[in-house]
Order: sequence, then structure tokens, then C-alpha cells
Amino acid sequence: MEHATDDKHIFGFWVYLMTDLIIFGVLFAAYAVLQGNTFGGPSAYDLFSLPTALANTLVLLVSSFTCGLAMLAAQSKKVNQTIAWLAVTLVLGATFLTLELTEFSRFIAMGDSWQRSAFLSSFFTLVGTHGLHIAVGLLWIVVAIVQLKLRGLTPAVTSKIVRFTLFWHFLDIVWIFIFTMVYLMGHAI
Amino acid sequence: MHATLKSYIIGFVLSLLFTLTAFSLVMYPGFFHASYGVIVPGIIILAVIQLLVQLIFFMHLATEDGPRWKLAALVSTIGIILIVVVGSIWIMNHLNYNMMASPADMNTYIQSQDGF
Repeated sequence: MEHATDDKHIFGFWVYLMTDLIIFGVLFAAYAVLQGNTFGGPSAYDLFSLPTALANTLVLLVSSFTCGLAMLAAQSKKVNQTIAWLAVTLVLGATFLTLELTEFSRFIAMGDSWQRSAFLSSFFTLVGTHGLHIAVGLLWIVVAIVQLKLRGLTPAVTSKIVRFTLFWHFLDIVWIFIFTMVYLMGHAI
Repeated sequence: MHATLKSYIIGFVLSLLFTLTAFSLVMYPGFFHASYGVIVPGIIILAVIQLLVQLIFFMHLATEDGPRWKLAALVSTIGIILIVVVGSIWIMNHLNYNMMASPADMNTYIQSQDGF
């Protein structure tokens, strides 16, 4: 019975992820339509640095891997190991967010904020929405670590970690498409 | 593949490989003797392969039990997204035809854009 309820919780969370995917799909559509409308401002080619985008991608990919390791540790009932991998994921996620916000503030300092052109409005909306999800994920890791410290690996806490892992992998998949469609294709067209 | 250390390592190595390949293709096109006309579809294909790799090795979608509700939800969601994205690009690229000042201007525009 416990198992069946847990499956239901995870499927419910999966359905949430699918609706979230539609949000990102719509933002991708807006970006694809507006990316050429630079209004005399900088284009994707002028603005983006590929090595920075690659660094972001690699940091997020490694964090996706370490959160998987946290879930494996949780499944084999190793509390301290779970906390350690979640902490590594937290640090990597925070690094990703710092890199992204540094990039944003560099653009804004040059006068290329979301107010500059339709291209930049759609860029900041798409990448900013992803960044907001990452920030929520970081908060979720902190809460999970606190609960692990207080309660240990109860079924409820384990289920929460499984759902967090799905959320984090989902954000990495969305980022692959941001990396490809926004950064790489911005350079290649 | 169920959640094992092996599945995570395979997923991680493959993702790393596809990411670095896509990056090198765009960063050093001369090295691969490829034009951007080939590279752009190439990196989109690499992104889709990486999506599948992570769904299978990180999110374990291939070994779902019983009725495959997760897969069904994902497939219908991807269907909606393709309609929205492809439809938006298609409509917005043709909308210019309907935004001209007069039919004469419109003819000039269509001739200049499409050569007929």
C-alpha cells in the first residue's frame, strides 16, 4: 500500500513537470520568433560567450549526476552519504546560478537589459525562468537536508528526494535545449 | 534501466560526450570542414539524443512498470510543444504578408522575399 501511494505521488509530480515543460515550450516559441528582432541592439552572436555557456552546462550536468548519486544513497539507506551528495549538488547549483546572474548583470551594465529589444526580452524571460526554477531547487535541497538531519530517511523524506531528483534532471534537460537553441545556434546563424 | 550507479555513469559520460561534440562543432567548424547549414541540424539532433539519454539513464523512463502513464504524459506534452513551437514560427514568419500598407506594397514585398 505504501508503495502504491508513493507511485501516485511521483506520477502526480511527473504531471506537474509536464505542465512546466509546456511553459518552457511556449517561452522557446517566443524566443524563436523574436530572436531576430534586435531593434538595432546587439544580436545573440554579439552578446553570448560560448565558453561561459559551456561552463554553465558542465556545472549543471555534474550536479544532475551528483543528485542521482544522492538518490542512490537514499535508496540504500545511507543518511550521511545522501546529505553529502545533496550538499555537493547544492554547491554546484549555486555555482550555476552565480555564473548566470554574473552574465545577466554584465549585459545589464552594458545597457543590454530586457528593455533593449524584443530579442533580449524573450532571452531574459526564457533563461530567467529557468534560473528561477534552479533557485527554487536550491531552496528544496536545503529543506531536504534539514529534514534528513531531523528525521532521517523516513518514507516521506525518501519520496521527497526522489521527486527532487526528477525535478533537477528535468531542469538539466531544459538547459540542454537552452544551450543548443540560444547559445550554440545564436553563434552558428 | 533501473536506478543504479552504472546507469548514472553511462548517462553522465554520454551527455558529456554529446555536449562537448556540439560545442566543438560550433566553436571550431573549420576543424570539421562543416558549414553552419550542416552544423545547425547536427546540434539539434545531438540535443534530442541527449534528451533521450537523460530520460533513459537519469529519469529511468525506459523501465517504467505497468501502464506507462509517464511515457504517455510525456509524448502528449511533446506533441503540444511541437504544435506550439512549429506553429508559432510558421505563422509569425508568414504574418508579414498581412501587415503591409497596401496590396501593391504587399506584392512588392512578396516578390522581393520569394522571387515571384
